[in-house]
Amino acid sequence: MNKTTSWFNVTSLVFGFAFLYVPILILVVYSFNASKLVTVWGGFSARWYVELVHDQAIIDAAWVTIRVGILSASFATVLGTMAALVLDRYSKFHGRALFSGMVYAPLVMPEVITGLSLLLLFVAAGFDRGFWSVVIAHTTLTMCFVAVVVQSRLITFDRSLEEAALDLGCPPVKTFFLITLPLILPGVVAGWMLAFTLSLDDLVIASFNTGPGATTLPIKIYSMVRLGVTPEINAISTILISVIAVGVIVASVLSHRSEVEREKAERAVFLAG
Amino acid sequence: MIEAVGPIKRKFAPWDDPTAKPFIRFENVTKRFGDFTAVDNLTLDIYEREFFALLGPSGCGKTTLMRMLAGFEPPTEGRILLDGKDLSGIPPYKRPVNMMFQSYALFPHMTVEGNIAFGLKQEGMDTAQINTRVAEMLELVKLGKFAKRKPHQLSGGQRQRVALARSLAKRPKVLLLDEPLGALDKKLREETQFELMDIQVELGTTFLIVTHDQEEAMTVSDRIAVMNHGVIAQIGTASEIYEQPASRYVADFVGDINLIDGTVSAVEDGVATLRCAGVDATIVAETGTGEVAVGAEAGFAIRPEKVQITLEAPPAGTPNVLSGEVWDIGYLGDISVYRVRLAGGSIVKATVANLTRIVERPITWEDKVFLTWPADAGVILLK
Repeated sequence: MNKTTSWFNVTSLVFGFAFLYVPILILVVYSFNASKLVTVWGGFSARWYVELVHDQAIIDAAWVTIRVGILSASFATVLGTMAALVLDRYSKFHGRALFSGMVYAPLVMPEVITGLSLLLLFVAAGFDRGFWSVVIAHTTLTMCFVAVVVQSRLITFDRSLEEAALDLGCPPVKTFFLITLPLILPGVVAGWMLAFTLSLDDLVIASFNTGPGATTLPIKIYSMVRLGVTPEINAISTILISVIAVGVIVASVLSHRSEVEREKAERAVFLAG
Repeated sequence: MIEAVGPIKRKFAPWDDPTAKPFIRFENVTKRFGDFTAVDNLTLDIYEREFFALLGPSGCGKTTLMRMLAGFEPPTEGRILLDGKDLSGIPPYKRPVNMMFQSYALFPHMTVEGNIAFGLKQEGMDTAQINTRVAEMLELVKLGKFAKRKPHQLSGGQRQRVALARSLAKRPKVLLLDEPLGALDKKLREETQFELMDIQVELGTTFLIVTHDQEEAMTVSDRIAVMNHGVIAQIGTASEIYEQPASRYVADFVGDINLIDGTVSAVEDGVATLRCAGVDATIVAETGTGEVAVGAEAGFAIRPEKVQITLEAPPAGTPNVLSGEVWDIGYLGDISVYRVRLAGGSIVKATVANLTRIVERPITWEDKVFLTWPADAGVILLK
């Protein structure tokens, strides 16, 4: 094949990326707009970011979002890792196919349905909707993502390492913390980051299950937009985008690095013969 | 060191002593995985300080047997005793046995020192003692310089040594070795085999090795159990297994062998006469310990190095003569293998040691040759 870039390829690339990122780029650019009018460029300014810091409602919402994110990502990581371990280890228990299908189902489940069903559950159980109901809902949403990430890491894990630890007198639970966890940690951390970012930008499930005093940032933004788009919203969105971008990049770097390390180790083994 | 050890080794044969108590005992052990029977009602005694080998092709149950002793798999039936104590229900982390894994299973996130110290830390040994023991083990496997390295910074041979040091650090009563040298090249493997033997004698630990490499089993071990389909085909010293195989399977699996089928036509004073119609010959062989009855179908097994190959016809009346023509010659350096095609079409192998540096051998392709051997050179196999 020819190595020179054809016009067709360049055009596809430009259009593809433009389609994905121009809206975001416009949002970011206008967040630095000095004008109060969203669509009219009035010069560069960081005034909306300053105003943001003084808007107590947004600061509160951001704080709720971060706490929900950290808590739900942590719960989801514990549960997702456990699910991944079960799926990886017990290849032949009854209903394994059903179980693995059910673990992954939320990946493709419409958020509206997940949100609604959780709402019905909380109502039926008489659970007061608020901060904790959002945390639980987000744990449900993100757990399956953690399970997928951790499971991919477990596939390359050599089980005889655990057996060696047991053989050397280390009980199973201690073996998990001394051997298994350190070695799958990049996958677990990547899973946590992914869960955190998912929780951060979720609107649908959060709005179904939130209650008084638990307004997350996406809910806040959405309700602000309904009163008209202000440059302030662009500013807060830009911050949100940056946080999520950092999270996703860290997660992918972690899983990529573990991949590279493994390849390096395998190459070393091969060379050492 | 070798001299001091020699006499002890020579006298060491507790399996011949009826009063000796076995150290490890597999008692009617069966292991099934679903429909598949990996180990089938197997009983086996291993004695203290013994270097015991389980030899067999893959899937014969040897690794399963070892993993049951380590505690990774519970037996379906039967029990395993160690020093008279039933091991049933004791988890692997509470058994006084350690295992060296085929993949070595070194902890990649720990240094060589950390790997060796791991088991000692689990025991709750104090730091000073751990350090002394780790240094001792590093000395034993000659890896002192590599203490601070991580496993991925070591060569295959060095990793193998770390794995050995780690499994010996706790001074287990029994060391299990699962294909320990499989990943090493031939030279290094041979060297390591002798080192393993030295270490075993030095520490006096009972070693149980699993291998599919017959040379390895014969080199290192006091006794060998040849396994097939979950049962033991034969137990014995290397020379017993090689010279007195109990069945066609063992004869065929261990070393090279010529097998000739025949019917027993006479038995007299421990010497049987076999009529072998396939090769049109009469073979005279010692019956050994087996009960050989007249009229029984039997196989005659003889190792290629025990067959003499000559160009001149032996005097008339000499027993055990086969004639044929040289079909193929394999020159292996130390020996040459002659594949001789008999009148009936079957091939008999004979090996000749190349004791001189003559390039031209007296016997060459398509020569008419005679194969002979004394009556005690081969064995009669009924199974």
